[in-house]
Amino acid sequence: MALLQIAEPDESVAPHQHRLAIGIDLGTTNSLVATVRSGMSVVLSDEKGHPLLPSVVRYSADGKADVGYAAEFWKSLDPKNTIVSVKRFMGRGHADIAHSETLPYDFVDAEGMVKIRTVAGIKSPVEISAEILNILRLRGETSLGGEIIGAVITVPAYFDDAQRQATKDAAQLAGLNVLRLLNEPTAAAIAYGLDNAAEGVYAIFDLGGGTFDISILRLAKGIFEVLATGGDSALGGDDFDHRVFCWIIEQAGLKPLTLNDTRLLQGHAREAKEYLSQHGEAPITVKLSSGEYVDLVLTTDIFTEITRTLVQKTLSATKKALRDAGLTVAEVRGVVMVGGSTRMPQIQRAVGELFKQEPLNNLDPDKVVALGAAMQANLLAGNRAAGDDWLLLDVIPLSLGLETMGGLVEKVIPRNSTIPVARAQEFTTFKDGQTAMSVHVVQGERDLVSVCRSLARFELRGIPPMVAGAARIRVTFQVDADGLLSVSAREQTTGHEARIEVKPSYGLTDNEIAEMLKDSFSHAREDASLRALRELQVEARRLLEAIHSALIGSAEILSLEERAHIDAAMLQLQNVVDSDDRPVIDAAMNALSDATNTFAARRMDQSVQQAFTGKNIDQITL
Amino acid sequence: MSFENFVSGSRFSADHFALLDLPRQQGLDSAELDRRFRHMQALVHPDRHVQAGDVQQRLAMQWATRVNEAYQVLKSPGQRALYLLTLLGFDPQVESNTAMPIAFLMQQMEFREEVMAARAASDEVFLDAAHATLQRDIIEAHQQLITLIDHQHDYKAAAELVRKLMFQEKLLHEINDALEAVTP
Repeated sequence: MALLQIAEPDESVAPHQHRLAIGIDLGTTNSLVATVRSGMSVVLSDEKGHPLLPSVVRYSADGKADVGYAAEFWKSLDPKNTIVSVKRFMGRGHADIAHSETLPYDFVDAEGMVKIRTVAGIKSPVEISAEILNILRLRGETSLGGEIIGAVITVPAYFDDAQRQATKDAAQLAGLNVLRLLNEPTAAAIAYGLDNAAEGVYAIFDLGGGTFDISILRLAKGIFEVLATGGDSALGGDDFDHRVFCWIIEQAGLKPLTLNDTRLLQGHAREAKEYLSQHGEAPITVKLSSGEYVDLVLTTDIFTEITRTLVQKTLSATKKALRDAGLTVAEVRGVVMVGGSTRMPQIQRAVGELFKQEPLNNLDPDKVVALGAAMQANLLAGNRAAGDDWLLLDVIPLSLGLETMGGLVEKVIPRNSTIPVARAQEFTTFKDGQTAMSVHVVQGERDLVSVCRSLARFELRGIPPMVAGAARIRVTFQVDADGLLSVSAREQTTGHEARIEVKPSYGLTDNEIAEMLKDSFSHAREDASLRALRELQVEARRLLEAIHSALIGSAEILSLEERAHIDAAMLQLQNVVDSDDRPVIDAAMNALSDATNTFAARRMDQSVQQAFTGKNIDQITL
Repeated sequence: MSFENFVSGSRFSADHFALLDLPRQQGLDSAELDRRFRHMQALVHPDRHVQAGDVQQRLAMQWATRVNEAYQVLKSPGQRALYLLTLLGFDPQVESNTAMPIAFLMQQMEFREEVMAARAASDEVFLDAAHATLQRDIIEAHQQLITLIDHQHDYKAAAELVRKLMFQEKLLHEINDALEAVTP
């Protein structure tokens, strides 16, 4: 195999090496897929020209799933098997779901995450979301006409670790290689910032169908630095609909409704809300299956009144984010409005009053997140063009901590810490001779464990017996660039190392995902193991290319033996990369990675060293 | 540069000041600190090494984590002083050394009680005023730390001031929480 030439970090990639990548906005109400074509970010439409895919999945008895408009048709006709707003259930238990009594589903409370019983069997929110992602992946492949090397998928900035992990699992299930989970307001900031060459502090106010985010960013010289983020992962357009729905029931004095009538009225509530964005009042006329008639008029004044507390919640979160960023409204240069729900006039007005300036609405609030995600996907796929280059520095939205004695939380990483971040904390034993310690990882802002979200529990065993308080157990939290956490713990006084790595427990294990992939209807025609082999080969070639180009750039920092060692490992991998023996390719990749450990570390040092000595700082800073 | 230089000369294990190539002192130009932080992240962040293999990706994450840690500490005057004094061999021992002048402790306790009462009574005006007062005291302490550490080299006095400062910052945090609780 001929080696491809890959550019050094500060050189551009030749056009013919363009790697196909997509950005996906997996929304509560609608989802979109976008890509960068000839330097422009564009949303990809379906064969009928629709850019949006309604985030609706309907299961039928034969196990088939309809997605999008085809599923939406069944919303009121088959409510139990037609799942809308599944994003609200991601990484959530039954008890976490607001107004679950008005939802038509047959919930099954599973450990960690709620599931839904449908005619096609019990489905987890991860599987349902994967159906939506799968359609978007196919749309991307059809429209780009080639293999997609990866996707950036957006999540609300205020999503916690459980919700992020669930989203990543869904993507994997849909056969997508996740380049990055990207926060929705940050994606919007990229699209806005790059389009308008914006510099300074900006607020992104993102009110979607089911989630609300507020992010404060500083944009300077190609760096998008999130200073603070806040929000509510269960507050969105759906809640405004629900207020209207309750108002209708109250005004019309309706008796308990059938599932179909509930769906029907919810649909009318949403239409009335949308109508009010353009008009002073909205007529609501519905004939229910019971024969009852609803004939009401919803005015702007009533709508504003019944949704006042919801608007207030967004403003409180906004003020809190500003305080966390250490800024006042006067320092904010612009407020970018994102998400379909920002079309509501009372939202526009309230935001304008708070920031004492007109909000910015010059980008399509439905598309801006997907467009930004596509730009980041393009960058992470390695399609950087000279002069079109930026870096994102994002934060975690919620504090991470550990349970200590008495059900209290000891915060280890505070909210709004820039990621990636690692922090260690020392704990000790409570009893003489204690040899095990249970570690409970939680996320949230409160001091009591019971009101924070439980992420993981694990036991550290093999602590040498000592008197109480003598052991030193160091628990380390690491949050990666996707905002996902891993935790390790070890006892250090005796040099005895008991170490454990955990991934939070609500996520699916790799085996479960493999099982689901096998069962999945959408993948039935594909041989799962062939797919895995192809992915491994792509990965192996990528590794060879990367090391090859690194060797061209920095060969001088290797001794002759070291170089010979790496060359031998590269040759070994090249010899097996085209074979169909996965374990052999895997072993050769591991051997090559091991051989290049020291080289990579020195190379990183070299680049940092040169930055301060060789070149002028301004030349390198983005 | 030969490869031997890198074995010994890694910036990774340098102290926070050296990592960002800043003078080891309490008075720092915050704009310059921001600039160096961004500059370093532009070099080491994992997103800048997407083409590279897993080994380099992992290294990039470690470096980016290291740079974030240094920036986090240096950006806050209180944390910076705590760190600098420890480097200089005068660890203020904020966790273990609770010996404080009685007058200061009494004043802090009274202040805290007033904040709690204002929180219970949803007295936003009082909390706002308390916030402003405390903020002013804290900024004054930051100035004093520069004098004590950089000019007078009186590290013992600086360590005591840092201990006080940690108290005050904690209280400021509580006032913020109270403000959050009382404003709708």
